[in-house]
Amino acid sequence: MTDILMPALSPTMEEGTLSKWLIKVGDEVSAGQVIAEIETDKATMEVEAVDEGKVEAILIDAGTEGVKVNTPIARLEGGVSSPAPAPAQAADAPATQEGGEKKAADATPAAAPVSKPQNDPEFPEGTPMVKITVRDALRDAIAEEMRRDDAVFLMGEEVAQYQGAYKVSRNLLEEFGDRRVIDTPITEMGFAGIGSGAAMAGLKPIIEFMTFNFAMQAIDHIINSSAKTLYMSGGQIKSSIVFRGPNGAAARVAAQHSQDYSSWYANVPGLKVLAPYDAADAKGLLKAAIRDPNPVVFLEHEMMYGNEFEIPDVEDFVLPIGKAKIQREGKDVTIVAHSRMVGFALKAAEQLAAEGIDAEVVNLRTLRPLDTDTVVASVKKTNRLVTVEEGWGPCGIGAEVAARVTAEAFDDLDAPPARVHQEDVPMPYAANLEALTVPSVEKIIAAVKQVSYK
Amino acid sequence: MARAAQKDTKTDSGNKLSNVSKADLLKYYREMVLIRRFEERAGQLYGMGLIGGFCHLYIGQEAVAVGMEAASKEGDQVITGYRDHGHMLAAGMDPKAVMAELTGRSGGSSKGKGGSMHMFDIATGFFGGHGIVGAQVSLGTGLAFADFYKKNGNVSFTYFGDGAANQGQVYESFNMAQLWKLPVVYVIENNEYAMGTSLARASATVNLSQRGASFGIPGETVDGMDVFAVKEAAERAAEHARSGKGPYILEMKTYRYRGHSMSDPAKYRSKEEVDEVKTTRDPIDHIKTMLQQAGVAEDEIKTIDNEVKAIVLEAVDFAQTSPEPDPSELYTDVYTEA
Repeated sequence: MTDILMPALSPTMEEGTLSKWLIKVGDEVSAGQVIAEIETDKATMEVEAVDEGKVEAILIDAGTEGVKVNTPIARLEGGVSSPAPAPAQAADAPATQEGGEKKAADATPAAAPVSKPQNDPEFPEGTPMVKITVRDALRDAIAEEMRRDDAVFLMGEEVAQYQGAYKVSRNLLEEFGDRRVIDTPITEMGFAGIGSGAAMAGLKPIIEFMTFNFAMQAIDHIINSSAKTLYMSGGQIKSSIVFRGPNGAAARVAAQHSQDYSSWYANVPGLKVLAPYDAADAKGLLKAAIRDPNPVVFLEHEMMYGNEFEIPDVEDFVLPIGKAKIQREGKDVTIVAHSRMVGFALKAAEQLAAEGIDAEVVNLRTLRPLDTDTVVASVKKTNRLVTVEEGWGPCGIGAEVAARVTAEAFDDLDAPPARVHQEDVPMPYAANLEALTVPSVEKIIAAVKQVSYK
Repeated sequence: MARAAQKDTKTDSGNKLSNVSKADLLKYYREMVLIRRFEERAGQLYGMGLIGGFCHLYIGQEAVAVGMEAASKEGDQVITGYRDHGHMLAAGMDPKAVMAELTGRSGGSSKGKGGSMHMFDIATGFFGGHGIVGAQVSLGTGLAFADFYKKNGNVSFTYFGDGAANQGQVYESFNMAQLWKLPVVYVIENNEYAMGTSLARASATVNLSQRGASFGIPGETVDGMDVFAVKEAAERAAEHARSGKGPYILEMKTYRYRGHSMSDPAKYRSKEEVDEVKTTRDPIDHIKTMLQQAGVAEDEIKTIDNEVKAIVLEAVDFAQTSPEPDPSELYTDVYTEA
């Protein structure tokens, strides 16, 4: 007897829909035969059998949603036990160049609990809320802004017909057509330059990088062509353009596809740099970014796309650029984080609460201009500072935050600030080494205890 | 794949005179002389320490910018690299603002914040002035994308040199421009040297007009020292782009008389080579001969020369008397107010 298990079809997949069985009880299956179709939030994939045998039972009915990875979905008579079947990609969903469609175990920690913001001026009490994934929040933000302004268009690799390498641009081609949702060849420098030129001529491009790792090919246009041109032209040439895509540590994709570029871009005058954490951040900040008359680098996080959060169910939800958010109130220590690390900080805060340490979590939301006031006000209250980021420590966001806090609240600090960040090595592939190098809830807790002398 | 057309344009200017009005002749002469005198003065100011940093002069290449400009229409865009003074003057920018930018003064077209390599002028459709070799090719393709998106019938004239022609993003841009049929005219100013490296030493293939062949982009080689040959080719290319057929490449065979920049002694080529071009192919001598053939009196030419001299001296004076930018300008123009 052999169980066929629900396979993981991407590095970040946790569950999927078993959309169709291609076999029935009593069928003989052979290795390599396509036996089912599985739908993830990114694509529909075919599943091949690894073992031979007669189908004894179908354990999960076709059409079942939310089937967790590694759940037994069917059983074969005889044979030996085997791991999950290998996925085969559907003909209409070819593998992206480097996208999220690679098979790998999801070795990342579970999503942080849905945060209940303690004091968010953008969430007035009693606002009706709706649950939505970060992915769909981004999509809705783009769609709403494209409806609002014909000058806004989306350009990048696989954004149109493929519906986005990470499905952020799902259905946009259908609504807006190929004039405004534009598939490009794999040529980051070229299309970043074309977008930058179009922005100089008054259009409002949204340039999607499949990941920010590939934007290194295009960084000349982000910085030299977009960030600096207003200044170099004495204020004549404006560039309203958004460069967006997933940034930060992904899962098991190793050094070249797993890096946080926050501090790179946050270093550059002329750019605004945003890093959303949850769905509300994603929607409200992306809408603000698209409307902003300046070049904006919008750093999303692949590991957050599928996470669901509540967002205000209001028309035209826009968040201010340059404002941090107190994601959790506390009095004993300030944890400053951005992007996915906010969730880690919240988890750490929960565990610390059980030990009698009341942590305040500041979600930076914007990295440039950095909301120093909110951070300093928090530290003046808690007298202790821990920064958390996925990037490397030297010259990082945490270094900048710590420098500003020591400059502006030196006398309020009861301990030297502590920084949690990726270890100072390229991202390793091996699961255990990868886990060692990235920030973790445990590392945050240890840093909090260090600054608390506990 | 469509076969790229190749033409070698060799204009016998004598036979073309019937198609050219005397007014046009005088206009082009005036613009070319303005560029030459302006650049000579810029070189002088550089030597006096009034212009700093890099300064790349356009002397020798005047017929390209002026001839191309003759084919442009209201709303068309021009973008180029850092050898940009000639293009700005041909586009109609105020010589005073250009010279004052060279001296880093508040009256400069970028308020003194851009310098020689970074000047822009929305009013005349001049989009820079770019210091990174090849970047303007993608950006100019983006200007064409905006024309295409807005369906405004305009064309982007995107200039680059024989050096930039080897940059990777040029070919990324060619591909997308042809794929999407963007209205862009790529003008390759082949002045034979990329800084100190001759075309033959840097390029596996030296016929730059055919660099778009693998994308099916038509191209032609043009005598870039003959303003009328340039103008005729420009009109063909612009018509092609404007009519929705996509990009077009013009390789302009030209030559720069001065070094790559002011600090370049140009030891990679012989004095004889430079003198040969100056005496046999000079674009201003060429149009001057045409003026004489057309019966324009020497006095009329002299009058233009004197007017141009006055304009340039006025620009030089302005560039020295315009104050440096106020220190308060340090922090302006970093962001546009939302």
